[in-house]
This record gives sequence, structure tokens and C-alpha cells, in this order.
Amino acid sequence: MKKDLLSIDDLTTGEIHLILDTTEAMREIGQRPIKKVPTLRGKTIVNLFYEPSTRTRTSFEIAEKRLSADTLNIAVATSSVLKGETLADTAMNIEAMSPDMIVLRHPSSGAGHLLSRICKSRIINAGDGMHEHPTQALLDAFTIREHKQRIDGLKVTIVGDLLHSRVLRSNVRLLTKLGAEVWVSGPPTLVPMGIERFGVRVSANIDEAVADADVIMMLRIQQERMHGAFIPSLREYFNTFGMTMARVTRAKPDVIIMHPGPMNRGVEIASEVADGPYSVILEQVANGVAVRMAVLYLLAGGAEVD
Amino acid sequence: MDADRIGRSLARIAHEILERNHHVEELALIGIRRRGVPLAKRLAQAIKDIHHHDIPTGALDITLYRDDLMRTAIAAQPVIRRTEIPFSIDDKRILLVDDVLYTGRTIRAALDALIEFGRPKAIQLVVLVDRGHRELPIKADYVGKNLPTSVTQSVQVHLTEIDGCDEVEILES
Repeated sequence: MKKDLLSIDDLTTGEIHLILDTTEAMREIGQRPIKKVPTLRGKTIVNLFYEPSTRTRTSFEIAEKRLSADTLNIAVATSSVLKGETLADTAMNIEAMSPDMIVLRHPSSGAGHLLSRICKSRIINAGDGMHEHPTQALLDAFTIREHKQRIDGLKVTIVGDLLHSRVLRSNVRLLTKLGAEVWVSGPPTLVPMGIERFGVRVSANIDEAVADADVIMMLRIQQERMHGAFIPSLREYFNTFGMTMARVTRAKPDVIIMHPGPMNRGVEIASEVADGPYSVILEQVANGVAVRMAVLYLLAGGAEVD
Repeated sequence: MDADRIGRSLARIAHEILERNHHVEELALIGIRRRGVPLAKRLAQAIKDIHHHDIPTGALDITLYRDDLMRTAIAAQPVIRRTEIPFSIDDKRILLVDDVLYTGRTIRAALDALIEFGRPKAIQLVVLVDRGHRELPIKADYVGKNLPTSVTQSVQVHLTEIDGCDEVEILES
């Protein structure tokens, strides 16, 4: 493994499978009466979050605590960032207190790479702008593998706000690397230019995109990142691209429906689908803790000297 | 040690276990990954052949409890395998099984790991080979064979389930 986990591109196929296999073992710890192992005793991990987050931050924190690391959370709302400190200065100050790892969530793409150049601590990217969210893609891959026993050859359809989605970019990198056939669908205003170069099929027709899909992954309409009129109205978006039971039935009978959260019910996904029998959305959340334990454990060891 | 010797040692240990533990229903076998696991399964079968009683059997991975995990800055982390203990260890007499007893550090880690699953009535240690050179005050209750070795040697146990054949060999390194 490299020193940091900033992008799926940092991982070889072998390392991805190692992470997924390790996740399998980590998940068992969460089912014990005492959900804790001493592995990262004495390691300090800083969770540095510049954006609101429930799932990812909680998930990392639980994973860190289950491995006995000492953790602390810095939320921007209560930090010196409000006094005008730059990311680089904040990072150097945290680095001066010599933590072992920093988990970073930041609204700017490439923030993790900046930290990686400044810090000796290992950096885990927990979402950087519109770039990547590697641990989300890893937990998605784990969830898919568990249901389908493979990823190679599956048709995975990703629908929604593709433009603003780091989950999309990490998932496309990971799933195509593992041999899945990835389809993406969304309104043309929300499809990034040149996305075909990632090796995905693009269709503006959701019914074509979900036909015979093994996996459907819904993405949130990220209104907080939309500084312009990308869609006419939420209601029209739901009618054209929302996941309804009628659309789910066009996919394979054993399709699974995924969503990285937070969901906008009635915008990209109907409640009957989100809470329905095909949904694995809460399993994704549960698997997130085990995936992050695996990543923390594997990164805490030796890094390849590069 | 060849396949025949290994088989006879395990059969003898099965008898010794039954001789020392009168309440068979309290017994449970837990093998330490990796080669303790097939050994535990074989002992369960041997005990069943003698006593017609099924002993619950589990597998324990001690990697996360090792005391040498974060010591090297260059080596990759060891692979973690699944711990599977599908029964409560509370008030059981646990037979902890491993292939080779050497420094005792693996057993120390296993005891720490095991205690987090509950409070067994007792833990007894079964090893196929005791090669000496203990670094911790740990002693086996049942030993297949004592092999005097030097620290420069390495003892390799091969089992059919994992390696395709049964044998124990001493290698000079």
C-alpha cells in the first residue's frame, strides 16, 4: 500500500481485493460482545472535516475506536478556520502535534493531495470536492461482492447528479478496474464532459440504462454545489430520472439498489424503492465501518517506499 | 514427523483430553489460524470416534492482537483471516490448539483475544510440536512431540488440509 489513500488510482487490483478480504474479517469484530481489538493502540488519528457529514465521520470514528486508536474530531465550525487560517496552515499545526493519520473531508478537489505533500502523517481522503471518495467506493464494492459473489461482468448503472459526484468518480474507477460494465445516466447538464473516457456507457434514457442491470446506484442531487440552473425543477427531475418501482422492474429480478446517502426522498429515489426489498442502503452503512477498519489497519503498517 | 506419527500423536492427545476432562459436554476446541484450525477439527473427530460426542469447534485469528504489528516501518501488514467461534465460550473448558509452540507470544495474543469473547471455566493448550525457547511463562498441557531445536532453525508443519501432505520438518536457515 502507498502512504496515503487519496484516490482509487492509488490502489492496485490486488490491494483492492486485499482490502475487501480484510473487511470480511473486520466485520466479525462488530458482531462480538466486546467490539474492540487492541491493534492501533497508541496511534493518534485526526478526523478533519470541512464539510458536514454524518455517515462518513461517524463511520470513521467507530472504526478508529474499534481498533483502539486515539481519535479526535475537528469540525470547522468550532476551529480556527473561521478566523481565516488556510488549510495548509491548519495541516502544519496539526502535523506539529504528530498524529499518525489524518482523515480529511474538504470541499475542494485535491485537498488531500495538498496535505499529502505537507504531512508525514498518512492521509485518508474522506471526500474532496468533486474528485473522489475512495472508502465509499470500497464499501460499495464490498456490498456488491457480498450480494453477487463477483464484480467482474456485472452491469452497474449509476443514475443522478454525475457532475458533482465524487462517489461517481471513485466508483467508476474502482468498478471498471474490477471488470464491471458501468452505465451512467442523468440529465445532460449533470453529465461531466468526456466521461466516456473512463470506459463507461452514457445514456440520457434511464430506462435503457437500467435495463437488465445487476446493480443500480442512485446519486443525490447536490443542490449545495449547484450554482446555476441545472434542472428545471425537482419534480420534473423525479419524473425523468427518479428511481421508482416501475423502473426497478426493468432491471434483473435480483437487482440491488444502492445509495451513498444522504437521500432526497422523492427527488432521486422514491420511498417505496429506498425502503423496499431490493434496497441495500443500510447494509452499505453497516459495511462502511468494516471497510474503514480494513483501510486503517492496512495503512497503519508499512508503506511502500516510493 | 510423518503422517503416521502426526496421526498417532493426535489420537493420544484425544485420549489424554478425555482422561483429564470428565465433563465432555463442557469442552470446546478453538484452533489458532492457520494450522491450528485443521488440527482442532481432527481432534474433534478423534474425540467423537472415542466418545461419540460432538465437541464444538471454532477458529481464532490472532493477527490483530500480535505484539509485533506496528514495529516495522517497511513491511506490509499481515493478512487477517476470519475468527469464527459460533458458540458461547462462557463456562466452557476451552482447548486452544496450535501447530508449533515456540516463544509463547502467539498464545499470549490468543489468550487476550479469547478472553474478549467471554469467561471460560478453563483454557488448556494443545500443540503438535513444542520446540522450546519460550520468551513468556507459557506451558502446553498436551504436546504431540517435544523437538529440541536451535533458534537458527525453523520448524514447518504441513497439514493435508492446507499444504496437501502431513509432515513436520526442521529447516536450517
